[in-house]
Amino acid sequence: MRALRAILVASVMLPAVHASATDLEVTHWWTSGGEAAAVKELATAFDATGNKWIDGAIAGSGGTARPIMISRITGGDPMGATQFNHGRQAEELAKSGMMRDLTAVAEKEKWKDIIKPASLLASCTIDGKIYCAPVNIHSWQWLWLSNAAFKTAGVAVPKNWDEFVAAAPALEKAGIIPLAIGGQPWQSTGAFNVLMIAIAGKPTFEKVFSDKDEKVAAGPEIAKVFKAADDARRMSKGSNVQDWNQATNMVITAKAGGQIMGDWAQGEFALAKQKAGVDYTCLPGLGVNEVISTDGDAFYFPVLKDAAKSKAQEALASTIVSPKVQVAFNLKKGSLPIRGDIDLAAANDCMKKGLEILAKGNVVRSVNQLVSADTQKQLEDLFSEFFAKPSMTPVDAQKRFAAIIASAD
Amino acid sequence: MRSHVPAGRPSQLFRNLNSKIASIPMILIAVGVFLGGTIWTVLYSFTRSGLLPRLSFVGLDQYERLWAAPRWIISIQNLAIYGILSLIFSLAIGFLLAALMDQKIRFENTFRTIFLYPFALSFIVTGLVWQWILNPEYGVQSVVRSLGWTTFEFDPLYNPEIVIYGVLIAGLWQGTGLVMCLMLAGLRGIDEDIWKASRVDGIPMWRTYIFIVIPMMRPVFITTLVIIASGIVKVYDLVVAQTSGGPGIASEVPAKYVYDYMFQAQNLGQGFAASTMMLLTVAIIIIPWAYLEFGGRKRG
Amino acid sequence: MANSSALQSATSGPDALSGRLGSGPSGRKPRRMLSRRNIILYGLLGLAALYYLLPLYVMIVTSMKGMPEIRLGNIFSPPVEITFEPWAKAWSSACTGLNCDGLSRGFWNSVRILVPSVAVSIAVASVSGYALANWRFKGSNVFFSILIVGAFIPYQVMIYPIVILLRELGIYGTLTGLVIVHTIFGMPILTLLFRNYFTSLPEELFKAARIDGAGFWQIYFRIMLPMALPIFVVAMILQVTGIWNDFLFGVVFTRPDSYPMTVQLNNIVNSVQGVKEYNVNMAATLLTGAVPLIVYFVSGRLFVRGIAAGAVKG
Repeated sequence: MRALRAILVASVMLPAVHASATDLEVTHWWTSGGEAAAVKELATAFDATGNKWIDGAIAGSGGTARPIMISRITGGDPMGATQFNHGRQAEELAKSGMMRDLTAVAEKEKWKDIIKPASLLASCTIDGKIYCAPVNIHSWQWLWLSNAAFKTAGVAVPKNWDEFVAAAPALEKAGIIPLAIGGQPWQSTGAFNVLMIAIAGKPTFEKVFSDKDEKVAAGPEIAKVFKAADDARRMSKGSNVQDWNQATNMVITAKAGGQIMGDWAQGEFALAKQKAGVDYTCLPGLGVNEVISTDGDAFYFPVLKDAAKSKAQEALASTIVSPKVQVAFNLKKGSLPIRGDIDLAAANDCMKKGLEILAKGNVVRSVNQLVSADTQKQLEDLFSEFFAKPSMTPVDAQKRFAAIIASAD
Repeated sequence: MRSHVPAGRPSQLFRNLNSKIASIPMILIAVGVFLGGTIWTVLYSFTRSGLLPRLSFVGLDQYERLWAAPRWIISIQNLAIYGILSLIFSLAIGFLLAALMDQKIRFENTFRTIFLYPFALSFIVTGLVWQWILNPEYGVQSVVRSLGWTTFEFDPLYNPEIVIYGVLIAGLWQGTGLVMCLMLAGLRGIDEDIWKASRVDGIPMWRTYIFIVIPMMRPVFITTLVIIASGIVKVYDLVVAQTSGGPGIASEVPAKYVYDYMFQAQNLGQGFAASTMMLLTVAIIIIPWAYLEFGGRKRG
Repeated sequence: MANSSALQSATSGPDALSGRLGSGPSGRKPRRMLSRRNIILYGLLGLAALYYLLPLYVMIVTSMKGMPEIRLGNIFSPPVEITFEPWAKAWSSACTGLNCDGLSRGFWNSVRILVPSVAVSIAVASVSGYALANWRFKGSNVFFSILIVGAFIPYQVMIYPIVILLRELGIYGTLTGLVIVHTIFGMPILTLLFRNYFTSLPEELFKAARIDGAGFWQIYFRIMLPMALPIFVVAMILQVTGIWNDFLFGVVFTRPDSYPMTVQLNNIVNSVQGVKEYNVNMAATLLTGAVPLIVYFVSGRLFVRGIAAGAVKG
């Protein structure tokens, strides 16, 4: 079968192959079921340009993969293209001249006019040059609820965070863990940031992460957030899983009531053939404050000596932002497209909600875009400890939080 | 010890030329990599290097931050607990097993293979297997519960208070076989006459072990101690595979702090400061040992 | 390799090979089988054996169960329906990203890394050990001491300097680069092993050869090598297991198309698509561990003898 397909592809592509066929190694950490399906779309589209996508998936989340990617780039043996979360992860690599300047491609294809919201491209821009091709918009601010779990517990599916907290005892009584949170540090950290936007609001969020205002971080608004995080911690007791999609799986199988997770969780629901509104419910902004962040992924292209490979990099960059790929990729991935000019008729209810919020402009920049990896790591250390250690009081945790913000860069 | 030709004879230089040439790779590795790498690391620990190394000195800032970081403190505590217990238990279990094996038993080869085979497996594999056995949903806890003791609780990997002991169980499983082998080799080096003499004198076996045999095995114990100690300082893979440092940061270890801050946090300076502290620990362990082994006596 | 790093004691007597090695156990004479002493003795050994065997048993049993059975049953019960599907999947069709060819690719990559790395590291270390034992020159002990301290340096600490070194040499990401890395980190312990062993060989041999006018290489190849078989076996076992089990260097210093088996094991185990397939994970784990395990089962006896000969005597 595979051979047959190869022959077919080869026969169609033959003329192009002679001109520019090049293997391009692409590294990423998309290895869950929904993610792999999405990558497949990207790879197929890229192969159709006459080049060949060499898949370099590294499992175990970005925390495992990024060190390897960075070592290879700094070691002088770069891959053809690599995923990063757009934001500041590749900032220093770009500044030291190891990453390729894509400005020419971007101008030719008018990325400035296409890519919405503009902050996405801004995150790719360093010193006026564009260094990455954004592939999707992910927002963190979602609460996923299992309708079946609430039915078992005999309570109505909550419409916001407060109702959810109120329903927790009933869920527990039915032997269901109210809130699933995976053990990897980025998950508890993300959940906290989501709580912050929902409870303290966008202005406070921006004061803390954008202005690094230590006083606000130590103030009463954030104290409320820590109180909510304390609730979340109590409700998540017993969710003994590591990976985010294992936690999502608990929601899918009604072992857990809900999960605070980005919209990529949708891919897992889709793969399990569950329907939004019927089997599960999604609450953007936790049903409190409908603001979403513009996290996401982008592809960066290291500087290569090989001219043919450099050409293939350009082909990949334009493939990524092309409308067709944007639709196919994002439907599989459960994320939102990076351009406003395409029709996502096939999108499900949750994605449509996200698109609406995006259209209204209720967006914030993601924490990744606002603080350095170093600060992010310190926050992760704090929140993974806080969520795993019931003896740590919200007051103590807030003190440490404020100290990290005070020294943040 | 083997420099038979006294140094200083003029022809010495040429006669040893081959030896010097043959030692070039060793010299390059020792000086170029280990010494050079160490100096480089220490130097850059005083800088503000981010993702890439650069020489912008900030004095002791990185060290101040390091020792103020709760995660580093927990890492050090974990290493201390893991290290001390691992030393005690590996030596005790290893010696006990070796002593049992030394009783002219049947199936000695079988037992030895059983005790030693985990050493052939990587820490990654060790961590995965024990993660699975200690998983409360499927592992020991659920089995004991299904036998009727429904309140039985044994979930070391999900309890921050005891997680490091869960790691210890796995670490001992992997490493004690080698200790047993070393001890057994040591025991086999003890002269049969010693046993005969103590039997004639009517000294109980356990006393012979403690007061006569163990003191005679000093070199073996020192070798073993060094092997265990160097393994402890390096512990990383096991934790990554078994707990990823969790729950929370309860099973973090220094080597993981180094790696995470160097690459994930993109703060090389901080990672190098932690590395330097680890190198210092190594120096504290190795220098007394080296003194005992090299400095104390001369032989030829 | 991590914890085998210091199989040495700095001094080894010339009588390392003599003594009662291999001449059987010592201790008291055996008595009749069912004495109280024997019950305690074999009871303790059996108990210990159980603890050591349990994980292997669990791995094998789990790898032969289907997922529904794993979810319902307990981990210690034998499989009701034996299936080899997890093994087939782990070997040839488990997915990471878009690559669904399981561990099979990694196996040959590991072999390609293993063979030259073992050969080069042992060759370099045995010559260095020989030079240190028999042809000491001014300063040789200083280099040797640095090497010993090197055995204690956590690998994570050295990654960055090595990345820079390989970049400057222009061999980052090549097989040559990885072989050099393995040679570097195998160097301390192997050199110590060989040095101790050669030091323990009878001095007269060396003296006689010198009087006959044999040089450095002649003595090495004609006299030392043929006598060094036990220690070569130990070195080989240590390097085969150490290099085969290496994850860190394999992932940092290679490209995806030449990832060794351990890296693919990690990828398979951590690529959770839906639920964790514990049976496939266990089968993958066993497959990855098979090579060093076989090496130990086959040559464990020689290993113990070699350790006694080269490492323990003081």
